[in-house]
Amino acid sequence: MMREQVDAMETGTSTTMTSRTLEKSIGTAYDGVDPVPPREDIREAAMRPVLETGKWWWTAVITLGVVVIAGIVAWVMQLRDGLGAAGYNNQAFWAIYEADLVAFIGVTYGGAVVSAVLRLSKARWRAPLTRIAEATALVTLPIGMMFIVPHLGEAPRIWELVWPPYWNLSSPILWDFFAVSTYLLATVVFFYLPLIPDLKITLERLSAGPDNLKTRTCKKLYTVVGGNWIGSIPQRRVLQGALGLISIMIIPMAVSVHSVLSFAFSSSSRAGYLETIFPVLFVVGALYSGVALVIVMAAAFRKGYRLERYITEKHFVRLGFILIALGATYLYLTFTEYLVDGYSGTIGNAAWVRQTIMGRYWIPFWFFVVGAGLLPLVILAFRRTRNVKGIATASAIILLAMWVKRLVIVIPPATEPLVKSPLNVASANWGTFHFTWIPITITLAATAAIPLLLLVVFKFFPILPVADMEEMAAEAEGLEEDLSTLSVMASTGNSPSGDRKEIMHANA
Amino acid sequence: MTSSSRQPVEIATRPPTTDAQETPSCEDAGLSRRHFLERLGAIGVAGALAGTGVLEAASGHKAGAVTTAAAQATGASSKPAHQWCMVIDLRYCNGCKVCTAACQEAHYLHKDQTWMHVFTMTNASGNTYHMPRPCMMCEDPPCVQVCPVKANFRTDEGLVLVNQSRCIGTRICMNACPYQARYFNWGPAKSAPRQPFPQEPEWPVPQVEGTVGKCIFCAAMLPMGKIPECVSNCPMDALYMGDLTTDVAVNASGQVVKLSEFLAANDAVKFKESYGTHPRVYYILGHDQDLENDEGAG
Repeated sequence: MMREQVDAMETGTSTTMTSRTLEKSIGTAYDGVDPVPPREDIREAAMRPVLETGKWWWTAVITLGVVVIAGIVAWVMQLRDGLGAAGYNNQAFWAIYEADLVAFIGVTYGGAVVSAVLRLSKARWRAPLTRIAEATALVTLPIGMMFIVPHLGEAPRIWELVWPPYWNLSSPILWDFFAVSTYLLATVVFFYLPLIPDLKITLERLSAGPDNLKTRTCKKLYTVVGGNWIGSIPQRRVLQGALGLISIMIIPMAVSVHSVLSFAFSSSSRAGYLETIFPVLFVVGALYSGVALVIVMAAAFRKGYRLERYITEKHFVRLGFILIALGATYLYLTFTEYLVDGYSGTIGNAAWVRQTIMGRYWIPFWFFVVGAGLLPLVILAFRRTRNVKGIATASAIILLAMWVKRLVIVIPPATEPLVKSPLNVASANWGTFHFTWIPITITLAATAAIPLLLLVVFKFFPILPVADMEEMAAEAEGLEEDLSTLSVMASTGNSPSGDRKEIMHANA
Repeated sequence: MTSSSRQPVEIATRPPTTDAQETPSCEDAGLSRRHFLERLGAIGVAGALAGTGVLEAASGHKAGAVTTAAAQATGASSKPAHQWCMVIDLRYCNGCKVCTAACQEAHYLHKDQTWMHVFTMTNASGNTYHMPRPCMMCEDPPCVQVCPVKANFRTDEGLVLVNQSRCIGTRICMNACPYQARYFNWGPAKSAPRQPFPQEPEWPVPQVEGTVGKCIFCAAMLPMGKIPECVSNCPMDALYMGDLTTDVAVNASGQVVKLSEFLAANDAVKFKESYGTHPRVYYILGHDQDLENDEGAG
């Protein structure tokens, strides 16, 4: 029996009241009522990571932790020996850390696209994926920002970047700083808002469990950040409004971050960096690798926490189609860039295009073309491989290939000699970046830090957006017309009838 | 002796400026406006105003390093005594690299830090010629624009310098420089004995690990009437140190030429003029010699 009906009967009103009067009575007199019925199965699945700590959890955390610690050791070694120990030299002044910076900030875009874009486009099937996507963005952005530190020659003086009297507003690096810090704030908010109703649920679950230090700390924290949630219609309406707003805001923010990041390269006169296509190329590349990371993480946590009932193969196939669209766009943009620059034939452009496609950088370049361009298309084209395993494998390859592509973006133009005889370009000396164990260890550590931090995050927060899924389940089951009206009231413009078949899929 | 603390006083004592709407009120107008602008700068709104150069001066470079724009904006009447430049006569350069060695010795640089680099070029007939490349001391230096912490600056005498106690090593200036004239300290800097000057942009000796260094035209030596080490050591007399204000240039043998006539008579060119950096290094080309002037990037 629905609670609001009980309440309505108690106040003597008819149970067959219209939704308008229901809203009125609940919204004003009965603020403390949650109109959406709880779904035990969803709650149990979402709370699984918080409540159970299996042996595999410890194994994973310790293994990943060791890699992260190795990365920290490598960074300390670099601080001692200087950036030269990381393979840099005057003709390869930017290389692996700059590629890492682009790659790791890029993968945060998965959160933005899966959660914000799909939320705005009212794609209901997204629901079980959103928490994983938002959490992935939340943990990868600080990891990406961290790469500013080993990249700097004078890391201990990084505070100068945030010291206003030193700001040079014409520097793209400063624009980066503004864009990334704004985006970080938005990402935290975007993780927090949908979490508010779930915090109350987590609180209830934890109260029922054993009383230990973790429980007490969490209870205290959740009471502060989410304790006032009662799930009433006015609260839901405010939350939906805020979510709609932040979903809109986070998209231009995300676009600006990678555009500005690309300006750091294209604000020079260097052939291969001075590309008007760079902002678009960077943003699309970020979306592409971001969706791939969400797929990999969703597949891993789905298996680890037995969420097959909620995150189905259908989700992966749909994300896979998004992946194809983004991948094809990225390939196309790269093609136009190389074609135009190669065709122009000016000394600088011709040199770097030649070196990239068939010169010293041909292996990483063609690895990218196959790994991030052709292979995913093939895997997703055939029904036989278009399953969770195939799509997750393709995504993992895409992540690696896109990282290699970032190296191909950064290194060739940096190593190109700028002073060469116009009459004999071939005689010019190209620089070489020497890969050493230090930056590779740091990169591996950053990669390991993503699942590690996610494992920790899901120890404290439910892995599925419970409130969101319950709301949709309620609508799908068609319990009351009032609930459809509720969704109309809560998120303006949402069709009350909804696509029930769609919803059934989302919750099947 | 960082003189940044001295800087605001100097600005404040300058007569109030060009800004007509503020000057009539009181004599202190310049000072109060400076505070106002500083506050604006602090909250980051001042980006649009930065172009005036006032902020640039107010937020404190070295006292001697007030940019020309800033000096004009604050109404300074004293013109700088010199506008330094260099002339490189490629007809006489034999590629001996004595200039590079002298530079590295004077500034205690590692072997790969060739602030004065001699490139070997090939001409149409397959023969080689040599092209020394110091810092171009651009009038519109890209390195100054891109530095996020204002570690690069241009003095009113036309010298582009690096403040290594400010540089945090982002290396975006190495990306921006079209002449590949900037060199990073990838490891511990070469140790140097006690110097006549403290480590400062005009005499960055010893270098600082994790920061960028480059040719400084031996800035600290110029006020003492000394020409840069590369020029004074060139055995071929191919390098000239020049001053656009007094219109003279001099080489290692003490030959003095009238700069404008010397450049015009020998059809001097600048390197990569199409980049709009307005370099202050002039090259005199010999027969069949060319500079990479025609490279367009994007």
